[in-house]
Amino acid sequence: MASMRCFLRSGKNAVSVVLRREIHRTSPASLQVTVRDALNQAMDEELERDDKVYLLGEEVAQYDGAYKVSRGLWKKYGDKRIIDTPITEMGFTGIAVGSAMAGLRPICEFMTFNFSMQAIDQVINSAAKTNYMSAGLQSVPIVFRGPNGSSAGVAAQHSQCFAAWYAHCPGLKVVSPWNAEDAKGLLKSAIRDDNPVVFLENELMYGVAFEMSEEQLSKDYLVPIGKAKVERQGTHISLVAHSRMVSHCLDAAAVLAKEGIECEVINLRTIRPLDIETIEASVMKTNHLVTVEGGWPQFGVGAEICASIMEGPAFNYLDAPAARVTGVDIPMPYAKILEDNSVPQIKDIIFTVKKTLNV
Amino acid sequence: MQKMLSIIGNVLRGTASKNGAEVVSEGARVVLSSRGYADFTQQATFDIKMCDLHKFEEGPPLQAVLTREQGLQYYRTMQMMRRMELKADQLYKQKIIRGFCHLYDGQEACAVGIEGGITPSDHLITAYRAHGYTLLRGGTVKEILAELTGRRGGIAKGKGGSMHMYTKHFYGGNGIVGAQVPLGAGVALACKYMENNELCVCLYGDGAANQGQIFETYNMAALWKLPCIFICENNRYGMGTPVERSAASTEYYKRGDYIPGLRVDGMDVLCVREATKFAADHCRAGKGPVLMELQTYRYHGHSMSDPGVSYRTREEIQEVRSKSDPISMLKDRILQNNMASVEELKEIDIAVRKEIEDAAQYATTDPEPPLEELCNHIFHNEAPLDVRGTNPWTKFKSHS
Repeated sequence: MASMRCFLRSGKNAVSVVLRREIHRTSPASLQVTVRDALNQAMDEELERDDKVYLLGEEVAQYDGAYKVSRGLWKKYGDKRIIDTPITEMGFTGIAVGSAMAGLRPICEFMTFNFSMQAIDQVINSAAKTNYMSAGLQSVPIVFRGPNGSSAGVAAQHSQCFAAWYAHCPGLKVVSPWNAEDAKGLLKSAIRDDNPVVFLENELMYGVAFEMSEEQLSKDYLVPIGKAKVERQGTHISLVAHSRMVSHCLDAAAVLAKEGIECEVINLRTIRPLDIETIEASVMKTNHLVTVEGGWPQFGVGAEICASIMEGPAFNYLDAPAARVTGVDIPMPYAKILEDNSVPQIKDIIFTVKKTLNV
Repeated sequence: MQKMLSIIGNVLRGTASKNGAEVVSEGARVVLSSRGYADFTQQATFDIKMCDLHKFEEGPPLQAVLTREQGLQYYRTMQMMRRMELKADQLYKQKIIRGFCHLYDGQEACAVGIEGGITPSDHLITAYRAHGYTLLRGGTVKEILAELTGRRGGIAKGKGGSMHMYTKHFYGGNGIVGAQVPLGAGVALACKYMENNELCVCLYGDGAANQGQIFETYNMAALWKLPCIFICENNRYGMGTPVERSAASTEYYKRGDYIPGLRVDGMDVLCVREATKFAADHCRAGKGPVLMELQTYRYHGHSMSDPGVSYRTREEIQEVRSKSDPISMLKDRILQNNMASVEELKEIDIAVRKEIEDAAQYATTDPEPPLEELCNHIFHNEAPLDVRGTNPWTKFKSHS
């Protein structure tokens, strides 16, 4: 069963296709849902619930989405609410932000967050700072979403992780879902939030299926922004990760369990505001901390977690310095062997855990 | 009694001259006005300059009707804007206003004319030379000056400053050159989406006109037929760079290419008003955006740190002041057509001066925002949260 879970988590989705076919005949209380479908459901439900919500971005309408995340939405909601834009990020992001200022609730898709750099001024200066600059007179209820971080073989300009860049800025919320339940619940929360939310998806997770309960499949299931989740209880060490790296941590934990090392795996879910309390509680229990992220090490998510732990009550409970597992500090290379060795692998997490535990 | 008779005599002879006015006493003035009201022209028609057209078959009308009431209102508003900016200049030199301060004096006809061509339920966004627009869109002089001096009574509670003032249907006040243009088109998109027949006026300067994001916005606004009036306030200088040195084409009204355009005399409030009405009708008919270039002039430098005379001559500034000042032009029109008396206009001047003085008094005595406000308004509609101070032991509460 553990290997089955591994199988599903790490990306082979043949099983989920079979299971999905079964669904139509029986109606079990839970379903296997891919992250892609969970995101699609979230947008569909929120578009239906509030007619001020709309989606804009490149290829989101008639192409069904570059990664098929918005499949079927244009057919259902039409041109007014699902808008294909020209390839002009700075312009259409500004338009999305302006429409939010005037009362709409846009979902602004970046085909990947790499292209958001062209529009980053609109995200930071026009969206994030405005409520503060206007002393609360002008709010900006907008969601910026799209795939973030490394993919497979897309090379340096298409593989950057923007979690640290956006999480640096006050006025933004930055969310990074891992599984289908996160994807659906957090996207719905983000759309209902009256503030600018940067929603960092992961292309490699789109096709991965996870079990979702009836409650999680319901139209009002929300996952709160700002709260981390303990995915696996443990006693020896705390592993803190976000997005795809949560899968790697769980896989590493499964391997380490065989050697008697019980890892507590924390899924951040939200990068900003960081749920430091959950991490502190865990560290105060396990006395050891390893952070895992896909992004570059310097000035990153792990760096922030370590600094915050040092400044808080959990510091005195650490039996060893906290360690970070991160992407290698280089632009992403293309060749498979180089790319594979540029991002954290399960063996890197295991190695770091053992080093931290001095075993 | 003798005085009163001679004054009435003057009026009847149709020479309500300056001399007569100086002699008027309180009681007599009342008599004069009630008699004078019937004498004043209630409305007049003025010839206005023809606009240069780009992809329009016809342009705005060549004549504009001005009622007495409108004349007095435009005069009062332009004077208020002028004096407010001059007061800001004074306060800045006294170091009571700090940071950036971009003044609008000279350009009053643009803002007042635009407002005359749209309704309060329409929307407007501009860049950082925004104090005049804030006033027109519902801000008071008091709260504008208090924002400039960074006090708690400021329109943004002191949190925004000169470049970040907001009111209903007015989206600032934006510091990043050109960024306001896509925002304005977004507001227009919301108008179209909500089918409320409103439009958005989206302003930028000759300096911003070369920004890439503006061309991206032209494309989407035209493609989706957004109800957006793009207005380039061409005051001939982008900070210290004259237009010939920054633009391959200085025909800003043509730069929208497939978007029809008008080049308008921005020193004539009536010209601006008629052009705006013309553009607004076009938008509201669902025909898509219009681009207006207003040819105008700023008396001050780019900001208070720029004396404004290193890249242009004092003679040039003086020439515009004497030949094309928007307030003088309006005043001449009103007086030459007997639409109001010199005294009435003087009374307005006095009332404006008083309001400005009172506002300045408020702006210099109102206390600064309390430190407890520091971290408020990060988010909207959010439960209170803790915000880290400058060190690990200092925390502030942030309320929405």
